[in-house]
Amino acid sequence: MTLAAAIRSGDVTLLPGKRDEDWRWTDLRGLLRTLPAPSEAEAAPLDPGPFGDLGDEEIAVVNGRVDVASLTIAAGQRRTVRLRFVSTCSDCRHEARLSINVHAGAELTLLESHEGQAHGYVTAASLDLRVEDHGKVERIVIAEDGDGAVNVACAAVVLAPGARYAQTTLTDGAKRQRLETRLDHPGGGAQVRLDGIYILAGQRHADLTTVVEHECPDGTTTQLTKGVVDGQARGVFQGRIVVAEGADRTDARMGHHALILSERAEVDAKPELEIYADDVACAHGNTVGALDLEALFYARQRGMPEPIARALLTEAFLGEVVDRIGHEDAREAARAWVARRLEARA
Amino acid sequence: MLRIQNLHADVGGKEILKGLDLVLPAGEVHAIMGPNGAGKSTLSYVLTGRDGYEVTAGSASLDGEDLLALAPDERSARGVFLSFQYPLEIPGVPALTFIRTALNAQRRARGEPEANAPEFLKLARAAAAALKIDFDMLKRALNVGFSGGEKKRMEILQMAMLKPRLLLLDETDSGLDIDALKIVADGVNALRSPDRAMLVITHYQRLLDYIKPDRVHVLADGRIAASGGPELALELEREGYDKYARAA
Repeated sequence: MTLAAAIRSGDVTLLPGKRDEDWRWTDLRGLLRTLPAPSEAEAAPLDPGPFGDLGDEEIAVVNGRVDVASLTIAAGQRRTVRLRFVSTCSDCRHEARLSINVHAGAELTLLESHEGQAHGYVTAASLDLRVEDHGKVERIVIAEDGDGAVNVACAAVVLAPGARYAQTTLTDGAKRQRLETRLDHPGGGAQVRLDGIYILAGQRHADLTTVVEHECPDGTTTQLTKGVVDGQARGVFQGRIVVAEGADRTDARMGHHALILSERAEVDAKPELEIYADDVACAHGNTVGALDLEALFYARQRGMPEPIARALLTEAFLGEVVDRIGHEDAREAARAWVARRLEARA
Repeated sequence: MLRIQNLHADVGGKEILKGLDLVLPAGEVHAIMGPNGAGKSTLSYVLTGRDGYEVTAGSASLDGEDLLALAPDERSARGVFLSFQYPLEIPGVPALTFIRTALNAQRRARGEPEANAPEFLKLARAAAAALKIDFDMLKRALNVGFSGGEKKRMEILQMAMLKPRLLLLDETDSGLDIDALKIVADGVNALRSPDRAMLVITHYQRLLDYIKPDRVHVLADGRIAASGGPELALELEREGYDKYARAA
């Protein structure tokens, strides 16, 4: 039951819907009674994406057409790759799959974007990412889909012991959108960071879902997701961390914090820790609220008119997540993207 | 400069200020002393326009303009600055960004040209050096993880850069050791000028050894219960607030 399978076959009965526990806040079955036609190839060259010309190379997946189905980062290499999923057709459907292998000791910065340059497309992207012993990956995802778009992007990440994986997902939603990460955590000193930001306005929807399975001892996972929702938008955060029997001394921390800026906006959050091991340090924090009025007064006392103070504090609220991005240029690109989204909203 | 007449104010439906009168001329430093709960912090929040501090009667004007009719940021642009007793932590906003946003918002409100980056950084470096603040600290999120003394120093730094005309210092000495207190007092004293006025709100006399007031007022039960010269602060230190509390 996946969107990708439905897109491939054209069969809407394969769509996940609200009867599936994992999809109850991101119902595709009820939304898509029919699927649009398969996409045509795009002939026109692409404009620069949200990461501009950062990095060494670009892989573009346009309307589901993959020119490189797999990417290997060989041992000892350090590469920064832009991976762009671009939809240029309206009322069309397409899906794409890609695999990436990062060999032992190699380092990859993946600048992934989901770009909608059209209206009512339905798209799915699947990424298989394997990181071998002591490989290191930082993945920064920016999703800027069209208003009428339906997009589900799934990444399945498998790590070897000693690997390091860091991820920050930034999105302003779509008509319906899920950005999902499933990660097999091998323990053994491997470190994982899974962060996210959603900035939603109008009637847009974004769902950030993560599932982390700690299978062996001595693994670390930290998660921080923050969202700002306005208008009638809906933000969904589902974070599950499973610590399997024997995965002792796992250290897992999950935080999700959302600001609701309008009465009709909605945030649904489901943080879950399932722990079957001993001697673990696991914690989660989840808050949904309004801007801190004391801080707002403090900023106004220093001379900022209310809209400026609100924008500054909102940017700051999200900035804590942006600051955790390791790659400096990507961090600044993410910061600029957040600032633009907040300006557009104000 | 500041004229307060018969000021009454409620907080959460409870009357805290009960007819407060005060005249603070330009060029002077006045101290407001009083026991806990007398209304000292309420006065500072009423003058700066915080939500929830409701004026029910009386007036407060700055150079003849009705202060109470203005939004907090408008008061700020006219030169009202409150050094908070408990400065807020602003996660995610570097101190430099916060101060520059405030400074330029004030300048825009006054129709003045905004400070460009080099001009601003020059101001910030000079202010930091004067207050013995490591400049790198200004690149960190404002007040996050700062000690009590560092937060107070950041308040004075903002004051030095924003150059207000009416300075309200709310318990600025709390949390300061003696060395930090001297640095903060030097920073405040450097801002004394004939066209500025200061209201130093404090529970203890100690701060007034370093920031010498022209006048001292005792605030008890929402009113000025007594006024006098600097010697009044010493008397309060010796004898406490009991007789004013009883009188009220």
